Order: sequence, then structure tokens, then C-alpha cells
Amino acid sequence: MSELSVVVNGKKTILTQGLNLQQVLDKQGYKNEQVAIALNETFIARSQYQNTLIEANDCIDIVAPMQGG
Amino acid sequence: MEGFTWNIGDKIVNSRLIIGSALYPSPKIMVEAIQASRAEIVTVSLRRQAAGDKDGKEFWQIIKDLKINVLPNTAGCHTAKEAVTTAMMAREVFATNWIKLEVIGDQYNLQPDPFELVKATKALIKEGFEVFPYTTDDLVLATRLVDAGCNILMPWGSPIGSGKGLMNPYNLEAIRNRYPNINLIVDAGIGKPSDAVQALEIGYDGILLNSAIALANEPVIMATAFKNAVNAGVLAKQAGMMQKKELASPSTPTIGTPFWHND
Repeated sequence: MSELSVVVNGKKTILTQGLNLQQVLDKQGYKNEQVAIALNETFIARSQYQNTLIEANDCIDIVAPMQGG
Repeated sequence: MEGFTWNIGDKIVNSRLIIGSALYPSPKIMVEAIQASRAEIVTVSLRRQAAGDKDGKEFWQIIKDLKINVLPNTAGCHTAKEAVTTAMMAREVFATNWIKLEVIGDQYNLQPDPFELVKATKALIKEGFEVFPYTTDDLVLATRLVDAGCNILMPWGSPIGSGKGLMNPYNLEAIRNRYPNINLIVDAGIGKPSDAVQALEIGYDGILLNSAIALANEPVIMATAFKNAVNAGVLAKQAGMMQKKELASPSTPTIGTPFWHND
């Protein structure tokens, strides 16, 4: 199975080709986590994860609640 | 208490204090300080999270358990695009259309970038957000934000985390006088309770602070001090303050004073 390289939260990551965002979240260990995602600095709604296929060199930001002022 | 009721962003709260959730010595002290402040709005943020990292999850559970309103921020954003993306992510995670919009233009004093701020504001209002823009005390910028559709403005008192208080009350009052019906909140720079009293006395509707409580030697006691200060400021504004005079005038009646000097 061929692979591709992406950047997840600033770190280079090798993934299987053809995965959607939901599959990436599950494989990266974010299953059931309360997170939001930006793909190449654009927000992707949770409802669109399964329709969004990952491509080579994509930058995925996965964020969660944190303290703030 | 009826006098402290505040209609903000289509919600009614009973405290004019918005409190931050960062910089406390511990989560326990954060909770105790927020409760002592009686604030009903707490600011939160978003950060990258590694898989399996429990910190974010635990923090969010603590905040949810407080059962008060959350105001997510876009801290760390330097462009309108970054801020809009962050706001969209915040809306999904925190399930609110409120956003404290921060678009920083200068890394030294964390001053907002006025051009990117207005651009982001327009985009977010179009997307249905209630924008709480962190802005300077510039009247023209305030006008641009109101023209963009803001119901709320949050001019700085002084730079974030500086604790210098209201550095330019004249400018803050100019915004108040020009926009009597906009919700005005002093955001950033509040260092001590008297700064909060001053903001409310000049007619601001509320204050937003974090460091002044979180970095106090005793955050929980300081939170109580701010609760009392904010209430004092609101009551003082409602009561109407006396006019200043150039000359002294005795407060004790002079009629019948013994040893009165008639010569």
C-alpha cells in the first residue's frame, strides 16, 4: 500500500494513501477526543471529515481546549 | 442582584467581570478564583493537542463543571485568515458563536493589528459570530468595527499583561461618549481593583482580566477584591457622582458653630 507524507501539528507524519480525515484522527489516536481541525489553515467541519481525503504535503492542525485570557 | 444585570451577546449575566482561565498556580486555584470573582463569563483558548494528551480534556471538563458562559479567544493569531480559522474551530469545540477576536500586530506590545482586525470582524459577522473585538482605544478604529456590525467593543486599558491600568482614560471616554449603546469592555491592562472601578465609573459596561487575579500572591482573595471593585464601580455609575469643584466647601454645617469668627 503506498504512503504519503503530511504534517500533523507541525510534525512530519507518514500516512497510508487514500485516508479521509476521520480515519487519520482515529489512526493518530484522537478517537472520541473533543478536537477541531484545520486543513492547510482552513477550518474543516466535523461533518466533513469523512468526505475530506488527505493528500501529500497536507498540513493538519488538530486543536483542543486550553487555558486562555 | 438586579443592579448588576448585564445584557451581553444575547445573554443576561449578573456580573460585569469577564475572567481569564490562564496563568493560575493550579487548576484548583483557578476554579476557586473564578467562583470567588462571581464572573459568569470565562475566556478559553485552543491549542494544538497531541493524541492522548489529557490536559486539554481535563481543563475543558473543569470549565464545563463551572456551568458558566465561555468566551473563546483567537490568541496568537497575526492575520485575519488565522483568526477566522481559529474562530471557526472554537465555535465547533466550545459550541458558542461568541469569539474574543485577537489579531496581534506587534509582538512587543501585543497591540492589535487594526486592518486585519476589521477584515476578520467583517468575515466573522458574516458567518454569524458575536464578535468581541480586542482593540486599541482609537476612536476611528472603534467606528470601523461598529460599522462592520459589532455590538461589543473591547478597547485595551494598556498592553496585555502589563497591569498598567487605564493609560488613556480620555480616549476610552471618547469611545464611550460616541457609542452610548454599544457594550464597552476594558480588555487588557487592568492591574488592580481600582483600575476596574475607574473603568466602570467612566461608564464602561464591564472589564475583562486575567493576570491581575491569576498572578496575585493570593488569587482567590484578589478575585473577591475584583468582585467588590466591579460592583462598586457599577453602583457608583448608577448613583451619579458629584461634580468636582475648584474650591473647598465645608461638609459640616457652619450655622451655630461655637467660637465662629465674625471679624
